Amino acid sequence: MDLTNEDVQDILHVLDSLPFGELSLETARFRLSLRRAGNGDWTQALEILVPPALAADAGAPAGPAEPASSGGAAAGPRRPAAVSPAGAGLTDVRAPLLGTFYRAPRPGAPPFVAVGSLVRPDTVVCIIETMKLMNSVTAGVSGTVTEILLANAQFAEQDTVLMRIRADR
Amino acid sequence: MALLRRILIANRGEIAVRILRTCRLLGIETVLAVSDADRDSLPARLADAVIRLGPAAPAASYLDIDAVVRAAIAARVDAIHPGYGFLSENPRLATVCDAAGIIFIGPTAGQLEAVGDKVSARRHATAAGLPVLPGGEVTGEQQAIDLAARTGWPVLVKAVSGGGGRGLRPVREPAGLAETLSVAMAEAGAAFGDERVYLERYVTSGRHVEVQLLGDGQRVIHLGDRDCSVQRRYQKLVEEAPAPLLAPQLRAQLRQAAVALGEHLRYRGLGTVEFLVDCERDAFYFLEVNARIQVEHPVTEAISGLDLVAEQIWIAEGNSLRIQQGSVELTGHAIECRINAEDWTDSFRPSPGLITVAEFPAGPGIRVDTHIQAGSQVPPWYDSLLAKLIVSGRDRPEALARMQAALGRCQIGGVATTIAMHAQLLGTEAFTRGGPDTGYLDQFLRRRGTGHQAAGRLSATGGRHG
Repeated sequence: MDLTNEDVQDILHVLDSLPFGELSLETARFRLSLRRAGNGDWTQALEILVPPALAADAGAPAGPAEPASSGGAAAGPRRPAAVSPAGAGLTDVRAPLLGTFYRAPRPGAPPFVAVGSLVRPDTVVCIIETMKLMNSVTAGVSGTVTEILLANAQFAEQDTVLMRIRADR
Repeated sequence: MALLRRILIANRGEIAVRILRTCRLLGIETVLAVSDADRDSLPARLADAVIRLGPAAPAASYLDIDAVVRAAIAARVDAIHPGYGFLSENPRLATVCDAAGIIFIGPTAGQLEAVGDKVSARRHATAAGLPVLPGGEVTGEQQAIDLAARTGWPVLVKAVSGGGGRGLRPVREPAGLAETLSVAMAEAGAAFGDERVYLERYVTSGRHVEVQLLGDGQRVIHLGDRDCSVQRRYQKLVEEAPAPLLAPQLRAQLRQAAVALGEHLRYRGLGTVEFLVDCERDAFYFLEVNARIQVEHPVTEAISGLDLVAEQIWIAEGNSLRIQQGSVELTGHAIECRINAEDWTDSFRPSPGLITVAEFPAGPGIRVDTHIQAGSQVPPWYDSLLAKLIVSGRDRPEALARMQAALGRCQIGGVATTIAMHAQLLGTEAFTRGGPDTGYLDQFLRRRGTGHQAAGRLSATGGRHG
């Protein structure tokens, strides 16, 4: 049986009549800490310790389960350190936050840019989708796209180099 | 009539925990459908059993109808509770459930179709006598420009299959329309599998007031109203019930209009009718129907004493309403603050990661709906809602004071959160007075000089559920 909000209220009710300012309760299933501030207000921290009861797969045709930190993307996640440093005169376009890299505004649409595209600082070069937000990434400089380092729909950690641009002089 | 003994929860996050809680109270077994990113989540630990849907990406798991139905059949459940977002308003899931002999906890497929398509929803609202904003479906770029010229600028581009504030984009002048249409259609296609968009006149100053409905397919009642005007990019951040400072006659009209639409649809289950209220003229316009449980349902529960998930299950079992309109008693005032994993001082930048600390207030009049605990992962694939802090009091000032104290006792470590924003926002004169409009939060953020990067490289769009 797990603890409900009502259970916690009942425990607090009991504690209010007692001279204790703190309660720690740990069972095999949960760990509950209750703390009373000077003004009598309570704070709770509850941790459910029991592991999930994983049933067999639903018979899905999908392959083996992925590690929880990986996406359903075309390839594994790209990490910031995984690419060679930019050469002289090249500017990196980096992932402003971790998420899925998209080269086009929608599936089937032409990509925002390709190698050789001329860009200005405010040119949108790709999208990073994080927590259901589509974040437009702009070039940041005027120049020519020389390299695109990720595949479409690949997952990128924050600060991953996505593209390189040869800046205009 | 069918007594539900075992339910598949086809959702994640705090709403999965919320549904689990009522199932446990009712003695119903729960099976939670999870993606690979959620196999170790708090709801997964609370469910009687957990079944895998697929990889982390929503399209391959929570949005995959076949995977959800396969999981339901494999888990031998009587019913599926879809929560909010994901497939909750998907008529095809309802249809496939019917065919498989599994109860879909929600409206009929026909009702989901009628209100899920926003153009069709407008038609039904008009037929039920509700006022709507001028606008219509977009079929092409030139037609959109012509249509906008007729509705008047600015306009709002909306996804036909959108909802809950998702897929909405304002356009202020003709020059920006073509690009907005393109991006809006892309987002709509990605988010809802339906690229169609429509546009309507954009009312820049108004309040977002909604009415909670409950129907059994014959009779429809309302459970009062909520104000959800504190929004950023159409995403609600604070909600309260009842809506403050509404003229009694206007409040009665809103409730009547919502019930009229519900009756017109012979609505079954829990649903919400959203309105835009023009306070200066005491006028209101129909916005949309959310044919599911909503994020903000706890404020209605707090002032009505009802368990809305229990009512959903009761109706899904084929029963008639067990509540009469006359016996609905709304007392006191409730406020909900959505605590999101976002850096509100930096354009609300999403902040996924590992939760190191999760401490919440406890005590009378305080409720916390959350899916996080110390050690939880907040994955980057889903929305940023960490917890809902719901506080009630005998009246609005008491609820507000209690909320301020409660926010001060919330401690979440490991990710950026919106807790401090709520504390500042709720302390403003406009919020204390009550009834700020939907533009208020932006003004508040501009005044603080945060939340709006002048020359940043982020331009977040899109959104979450309502």
